[in-house]
Amino acid sequence: MTSNIIKKIETLAKEIKREVVIMELCGTHTEAVAKNGIKKILPKNIRLLSGPGCPVCVTDQKDVDAVLTLALSGVPIACYGDVLKVPGNLVLKADPEKQKLSLNKARELGADVSAVYSTIDALKLQKEKPDLVFFGLGFETTTPMTADAIKKGLTVYSSHKLFLPAMQVLVDSPTLKIDGFLDPGHVSAMIGVEPYRKFKLAQVITGFTGEDVLFGIYMLLRQIAEGRKVVENEYTRCVKPKGNPVARKLVNDVFEAGDAFWRGLGTIPNSGLDIREKYAKYDAKVKYRDVLNSLDEKYEILNTSNGCICGAIMRGLKQPKDCQLFNKKCTSENPIGACMVSAEGACGIEVKYL
Amino acid sequence: MCLAIPGKIKSVDKKINMALVDFDGIEREVNISLVDVGKGDYVIVHAGFAIEKLTSQDAKEISDLLEGK
Repeated sequence: MTSNIIKKIETLAKEIKREVVIMELCGTHTEAVAKNGIKKILPKNIRLLSGPGCPVCVTDQKDVDAVLTLALSGVPIACYGDVLKVPGNLVLKADPEKQKLSLNKARELGADVSAVYSTIDALKLQKEKPDLVFFGLGFETTTPMTADAIKKGLTVYSSHKLFLPAMQVLVDSPTLKIDGFLDPGHVSAMIGVEPYRKFKLAQVITGFTGEDVLFGIYMLLRQIAEGRKVVENEYTRCVKPKGNPVARKLVNDVFEAGDAFWRGLGTIPNSGLDIREKYAKYDAKVKYRDVLNSLDEKYEILNTSNGCICGAIMRGLKQPKDCQLFNKKCTSENPIGACMVSAEGACGIEVKYL
Repeated sequence: MCLAIPGKIKSVDKKINMALVDFDGIEREVNISLVDVGKGDYVIVHAGFAIEKLTSQDAKEISDLLEGK
């Protein structure tokens, strides 16, 4: 069955002749590519790169350090499980190895950190722990859930981001030449098809099964072969042309865009989501301003580089295997970079399907 | 993070915008405030929220290709 799509991909690849660079933008695409061995079955002139679509991977160390500061000051924290192992730059002064702390390590030092599946669970937990702060992160797919919870009275530290400004950085990059994007399926379920049109690049909104990804690649190659640069939708069973206006309205009521720092990509204007002033009561950055500015003397922040090349990997400039730490000093048990920590990070996925 | 899975709605409590959703035999409560759905609909669920109602229409091209047409 699938062999038919593969044959069509092979025919198009021969027709195009030159090398074609396709970036899959979502971490869940990267997982589907690895799990189904798609890189191995693609023709040699079709190159697949992983993009910055792993929210945990692009979260700034400063945000991790801020939430660590809250946790180590006795504020109970709830977060998605993916975030637990991400190291910040905060270290224990007394530690001779100066190991960078994660929320998981903070737990070992006595912090109250709970992993939750949803903001619904976080709201339930808040009944037992009224001071609870939820570490909100993720792209358009995940933001409506946080907005809903803020309206219901959950205090949030927001590190939420908008995905399209990051795509703009990739499109504008002088060093990266991309022929087409596999656009993220569930971000698109929220924002719809229209917003991608500004990029003037071949794009296909793609779902997450192996067949979806192969079909997305086929549709992209068809565009490239025909010289078209449009936005097509492979994932029509979930993505409606106008997206989900109810979710967007909810997000817009609670959040406003501001500049944000992305690990690996730097500061991107209007790419972050800050909680609006009318909900300041539930904004951990406001509510705990004093705590955030008074890190206990036992700890310090070390902005040293550890040789991790996550940033270049997320910009499509390097592959996990190009990193000298990959699967040596940086492993899934003891991750150094965020790309190894997350289930959606390029390094973590590469190591899982080696 | 953006992983979402499909399930079938078994029952709906409109008052609190929650539904009981069956994921291949496992049932979970899901918030349905972002979608307009009812009993029997298939939804795609992310982090406890139904984010879209699934439709089978329009998927013809991919199924045709899978069948070698």
